[in-house]
Amino acid sequence: MTSILDFDFMRRALVAAALVGLIAPLVGVFLVQRRLALLGDGMGHVALTGVGLAFLLGTAPIPTAMAAAVLGAFLIEFIRYRSRTAGDVALALLFYGGIAGGVMFASLAPGKASSSLNSYLFGSLSTVGEGDLLALGALCLVVVLVITVLGRELFAVSLDPDVAAVQGIRVRVMSTLMAVLAAVVVVVGMRVVGLLLVSAIMIVPVAAAQQVTRSFRATAVLAIVIGLVASVSGLVGSFYVEVPPGPTIVLVALLAFAVLATIAMPIRRRRREAA
Amino acid sequence: MERTGQEVVLVDRLCVEFDGEHVLENVDVTIHAGEFVALLGPNGSGKTTLIRAVLGLQPYDHGRVALFGTPLSSFRSWERIALVPQRLPGASSIPVSVWEAVLSGLISPKRRWRPFSRAEKAAATRALNDVGLWGKRHARLDTLSGGQQRRALIARALASGADLLVMDEPTAGVDSEHVARLTENLAVLRERGTTVIVVTHDLAGITHLVTRAIVLDPGGRESVVYDGPPPVPTTLSDHVHHHDDAPGGAPSAVGLET
Repeated sequence: MTSILDFDFMRRALVAAALVGLIAPLVGVFLVQRRLALLGDGMGHVALTGVGLAFLLGTAPIPTAMAAAVLGAFLIEFIRYRSRTAGDVALALLFYGGIAGGVMFASLAPGKASSSLNSYLFGSLSTVGEGDLLALGALCLVVVLVITVLGRELFAVSLDPDVAAVQGIRVRVMSTLMAVLAAVVVVVGMRVVGLLLVSAIMIVPVAAAQQVTRSFRATAVLAIVIGLVASVSGLVGSFYVEVPPGPTIVLVALLAFAVLATIAMPIRRRRREAA
Repeated sequence: MERTGQEVVLVDRLCVEFDGEHVLENVDVTIHAGEFVALLGPNGSGKTTLIRAVLGLQPYDHGRVALFGTPLSSFRSWERIALVPQRLPGASSIPVSVWEAVLSGLISPKRRWRPFSRAEKAAATRALNDVGLWGKRHARLDTLSGGQQRRALIARALASGADLLVMDEPTAGVDSEHVARLTENLAVLRERGTTVIVVTHDLAGITHLVTRAIVLDPGGRESVVYDGPPPVPTTLSDHVHHHDDAPGGAPSAVGLET
């Protein structure tokens, strides 16, 4: 049997998948706590406009998608801040605009751009190059550093923005930062699981972990473990069964959710009886 | 009433409007260190708006606010203030342990570059012991009863070592047995000399702690209709109670009329 490590592209793909499996749940845990589980989804739509634009202008897709996603992050925070009630409709408009714009720009681009759009929608791990890997690694390092330093403040804002503000925390800065972090994860994950599923790898491991945990820290740690295991085993599995890695990774994470939710059921019942 | 302490809160001719409607009119309030103030009034009387304005969460149209002698716009010593909410909304979407919730009261940009010190963790331990929840420190906050959650949030404020505590309806939705327990915790604060502002429409159970009652009522040229020691004069207590939605209704009247 051929070993997966015999191929350079697979070695690079494994590193890329592990990076995403690590940082996506790390950012996702804050998003779930702020009840912004779908933010990553929207950010993916907006990033798609960046990819389409890159095809049209002939620029590099990753930086252009990053610029679009970060710009989208600022716009989303601005909309959320300005209109608390109509916020979700405004966000929906932005998201639909993002995906329509992406497909439109890609169609206008010369060559077979619209077919290569697929590799960004559903991921294309096999085409991850040496340079991509360096860029992804650098982005992941930035995310980990930011959360190491500012994670507690992000946590406080997620618990209760008003209370956080009274503790002297800059709530708007932290909210925007959280959206920017989500944007970074979306762009990193775009190559691995694709823009349509990247949000899943942020949210599903967190949803799975919180079935059995009792603290935020434990949830974050377990979600990262689940994210890593799902990414790496999903990729390896997809190599041998010859299916696309993105959906395989997401399905493994969903399986983890189903298993932990089943295990948790009797624990929860006991806890409720004790209370 | 003893008013020798430092001016903790100064509110001077404060006015707040929402869409042209006057929510607060010409509010003048000075609160000194060590006072235990109950802020009373019917729903919609601007109690919460006043507190939000004082804490910098609500912009205001006219007037002046100062905290610990510093104008609000240049106030930076936020570690001296703790807001005690009814609950932490983020703790119901992801598991948050009681211990994490209590320590979260110590999170501040000033501690950004270092982990919590041993002294800070000791303060959190002491606070949990004070409210009798040390044994529950590993439990998920949202699995505690309403009264226990309220006590955990008081522990959070205790751990922060703040000099001014602002509490939003600390007894709402807490049954009378737990109110007694809660009251003991609040008494500890009073003994420590902490300045406390309680926003409530129900003085039941805490009357004996309150040194000063401020009653708001909208509509007049000045929103503050009573400012003095409890009890609130009965002519006003009708006012205070006509929107009372406390369970049973009757017990809260006792707090104001005895």
